[in-house]
Amino acid sequence: MTPDLFFQYLFAGVTYGAIYAIVAIGFNIIYNTTGIINFAQGEFVMLGGMIAISLHQVMPLPLAITLAVALTMVIGAAIEIIFIRWLQSPSVLRLIIITIGVSILLREAALHIWGESIRSLPYFYGNEISSISLGSVHLSPQVLWVIAACGIMVAGLSLFFKYTPTGREMRACSANRTAAILCGISTRNMVTLSFMLSAGIGAVAGCVMSPITYTQYDSGTGLAIKGFTVAILGGLGNSMAAVAAGILLGIIEAFSVSVVPLAFQDAIAITILLAILFVKPHGLFGSSVAARLKDF
Amino acid sequence: MNSINRYKILGLAGLVIAVQLLTQFTGTAFYLTQLTMSAYYGLVIIGLGVLMGYAGQLSIGHAGFFAIGGYLSAALTTHNLLSYKDSLCIRLLERADMLVLSEDIYGDALLTVVPWGACLMAVGTAALIALLLAVPVLKLKGHYLAMATLGFGTIIYRILLATPYFGEADGISDVPPFQLLPALGGLPPVVVSGSFDNRVVNYYVAWGILIVGMLLLLNLINSRVGRALRSLHSSEEAAEAVGINTSRCKVQVFVLSAVYAALAGVFLAHYNAGIGPSEAGVMKSVRYVALVAVGGMTNLWGTLLMGVSLTFLSLRGVFGSLDDAVFGVILIGVMLFAPEGILSLRRFLVPAKDAALKRDEP
Amino acid sequence: MRLHKGKKIGALLLACLLGAGLATAQAGVIKVGAIFAVTGGASFLGGPEARTAEMVVEKVNAAGGINGDTIELIVKDSAGSSEKAISFAKQLIEEEQVLAIIGPSTSGESMKIKQIAEQGKTVLLSCGAAEVIVDPVGPYVFKTPQKDSFAARKIFQDMKRRGISRIAVVAGNTGFGKAGKGQLLKIAPQFGIEVVAAETYDKKSTDLSALVAKLKADSGIEAVVNWSIVPAQAIIAKNIRQAGWQVPLYQSHGFGNIKYVEAAGAAAEGIIFPAGRLLVADSLPDSDPQKELLLEYRDAYQAKFKEAASTFGGHGYDAITILLRAIELAGNDRDKVRDAIEQLKGFPGTGGVFTFSAEDHNGLDIDSFVMLTVKDGTFVLYNGQ
Repeated sequence: MTPDLFFQYLFAGVTYGAIYAIVAIGFNIIYNTTGIINFAQGEFVMLGGMIAISLHQVMPLPLAITLAVALTMVIGAAIEIIFIRWLQSPSVLRLIIITIGVSILLREAALHIWGESIRSLPYFYGNEISSISLGSVHLSPQVLWVIAACGIMVAGLSLFFKYTPTGREMRACSANRTAAILCGISTRNMVTLSFMLSAGIGAVAGCVMSPITYTQYDSGTGLAIKGFTVAILGGLGNSMAAVAAGILLGIIEAFSVSVVPLAFQDAIAITILLAILFVKPHGLFGSSVAARLKDF
Repeated sequence: MNSINRYKILGLAGLVIAVQLLTQFTGTAFYLTQLTMSAYYGLVIIGLGVLMGYAGQLSIGHAGFFAIGGYLSAALTTHNLLSYKDSLCIRLLERADMLVLSEDIYGDALLTVVPWGACLMAVGTAALIALLLAVPVLKLKGHYLAMATLGFGTIIYRILLATPYFGEADGISDVPPFQLLPALGGLPPVVVSGSFDNRVVNYYVAWGILIVGMLLLLNLINSRVGRALRSLHSSEEAAEAVGINTSRCKVQVFVLSAVYAALAGVFLAHYNAGIGPSEAGVMKSVRYVALVAVGGMTNLWGTLLMGVSLTFLSLRGVFGSLDDAVFGVILIGVMLFAPEGILSLRRFLVPAKDAALKRDEP
Repeated sequence: MRLHKGKKIGALLLACLLGAGLATAQAGVIKVGAIFAVTGGASFLGGPEARTAEMVVEKVNAAGGINGDTIELIVKDSAGSSEKAISFAKQLIEEEQVLAIIGPSTSGESMKIKQIAEQGKTVLLSCGAAEVIVDPVGPYVFKTPQKDSFAARKIFQDMKRRGISRIAVVAGNTGFGKAGKGQLLKIAPQFGIEVVAAETYDKKSTDLSALVAKLKADSGIEAVVNWSIVPAQAIIAKNIRQAGWQVPLYQSHGFGNIKYVEAAGAAAEGIIFPAGRLLVADSLPDSDPQKELLLEYRDAYQAKFKEAASTFGGHGYDAITILLRAIELAGNDRDKVRDAIEQLKGFPGTGGVFTFSAEDHNGLDIDSFVMLTVKDGTFVLYNGQ
């Protein structure tokens, strides 16, 4: 393999990885406050993209994206308030199945609102054929947007959780719910907030990746599966680990192209992941103690 | 098995016969087509129900086992083995009397495995894969277990979609009928096939298998293993402390449920005369899990009822393009208001009666 | 408890059965079944097909039906899954006793219900792409989309003219991609063209730059043929151009929808592909037998559904119009309709001019395709410059 080809694969892998990682971060935020995996996370990504595309017809791109993110956050909060907030000590499995149901409803709603055709936002910079050349390696500028969005979100989230009062309260919920309640933290509001936050992150992801991947009413499902895989591989609840795991998965996928037929790409990538999971049952960076706390 | 379950099984058998007679007299025998198909899906769902409800293990990969059964059986009975005639495998199969020579549509010689043999191989393979998978997978917990089974399902789906032997995106069609029993005395042979004139027989075959499957599971639940399973569900540590080999129990149930799924796959592939990748997709696995949840995780009868009836409605296309949406609404509705499953709603009827009785008392 | 439940289920079932029993056929109504993947992974096929069929039937009924009979179109949404298609086909044939079935949208589903249609002696007009649907010919099974092998030949003819001899073939993992890839690999040697790389990618792929990098590294590749349906066919076009690779890109007739050109934007420029004449209806000479109907269909579809007409919807249009024509000739009789379709000669449709025979249940020839290219964001006839 020539160095050029090596770097071309590497950048392709990082692109895939950054996309998976942003979806995985959304999973982690809700997991941290509720202990559940929100299977509708992929639909947040789809909704963010779809709403931004519709709004972009009538307003400039930055405004459309901002509004789309805000609207998706409202939808995220509404879902939590309607379907989850009022349940009394629900089991984790019940919550998971509710989120599966929500994801089906959001997908069907999107099908009836936007139809089955594919849409996309325009490239933020340049167009479909513009590329940045690093030596003989070529990259679409949008890839940099995706990587930047991923980086900014991870940095922003860790600052938020570390230094803001709300962020700390959310972390308290995640560490020990009962203790958090005793300290006067409204855990219910924190759960709503976590849904808003992860819906917002999903929507940002949906907007930055839309020019590359396109947006279709059912594009959330595949992303959710990949994002879930990455979140698990990194160790649930750990966003930095999710980024590392996402990029690892992306790179495995990209390089697998050079040795096996592309048709088997997913099968190979997931086999490797399962093998890792069997050796490290709580993810690459997860500890067994942390995982035990939130098992159902 | 306790007497209530015995009556329920008899009641179910009676209902199955009554429905058939009813369709016979009203000239609506076409309902049996979808009822037969739903019975096979019901088999997958009750098998998964025991795994989820009683062994407490979530599996988002059961469509994978269904597909292993269906695809292997379909491929072995459909694809020509003539060019491998001299290989050791084929000679062994021939010695075991498992091959059949026929003619294909072009009149060329076609050498395939007999359906019985293919069925055994397919279900055996599924059981073996389940066993190999269960040992490491069932050590995982919660979401990690969900991910591992989801991953397994995805791998199977991808392999089927990428392998020309399994027909890639088109799947396998023209699967031959499966003769279960030869003609005995004056009775016609029992053949699993989608042919219109075989419908009644196939209806009874499917429901017969489902009832036997249900019977076995009910016995299992009420046996020593079943009690062990329930203890395992409530506290694994406690179960281990009293000397139950928890991991062995879990593995056994996992393999059993995989066998149920694979068997359903085999029979449905022959009944439909084909199988496609849509049977192996992740969404199918998710649907099975959701059907178990809607029926009630620890209520095998509820699971059976919801599994068969919702599948029946879906296969008849009652909701048209809203099929998934209606399913989502039912799923959320049941989970919000009747988390114990649809049959737990009868609580609303029973206590009311009790209260009425009490009021009547002086 | 048990009795109570049993009774309830019994009553429910009885109600269902009686309800269906009452819905017997009315006089003067001809039932036609349709199985399309309106939702699910193949909805970009089934959606336009179902809408088109409904539109045509609505129009025919509004004009007084056929020979005084109104047409009742029963559309079933298979969501692209073969088990549903099987169930619906049996339901339509036995229960609804339809005269004929149009669809399904995909080859996989069509192959599954081929035998059912044969057994039920019901005409099936498939919209699936694969040639195996009509090869070998089943007496009751027809298909309307052009044969993949014609599309492949058209592409190879152009390559040969340009002196291209080493190519890469990439395809999506749908029935469409599978059939096309198979034909390309089979026919290439006849044109002296060598396929040096053949890959299949997931239909839901989000980015194919790794694949493009692999192909680009082989400097011997003179052209790339992509055989898939959205969104991957737009993604591959973008990734190739983003990699700074100026290789000629050929696409299949699956590219026949202006939406994909919009999706690929600047990367779509210069893509060459075979397609039916629907997309360039305006630039056809007036003498063309298809022109009038192409314009009429295109304008009606766009006015009604506010979206661009595509060749997929055209497959549905051809299926329903061929059937209606046969009904007009032969009346409400399955076997007579079958014979009438087989005897149709020179019948213009969106996919080409259909001439059926006992041996040819597709009825189109290689001239049903023209080569198109994308120029300034629109489809234009490609004349090999």
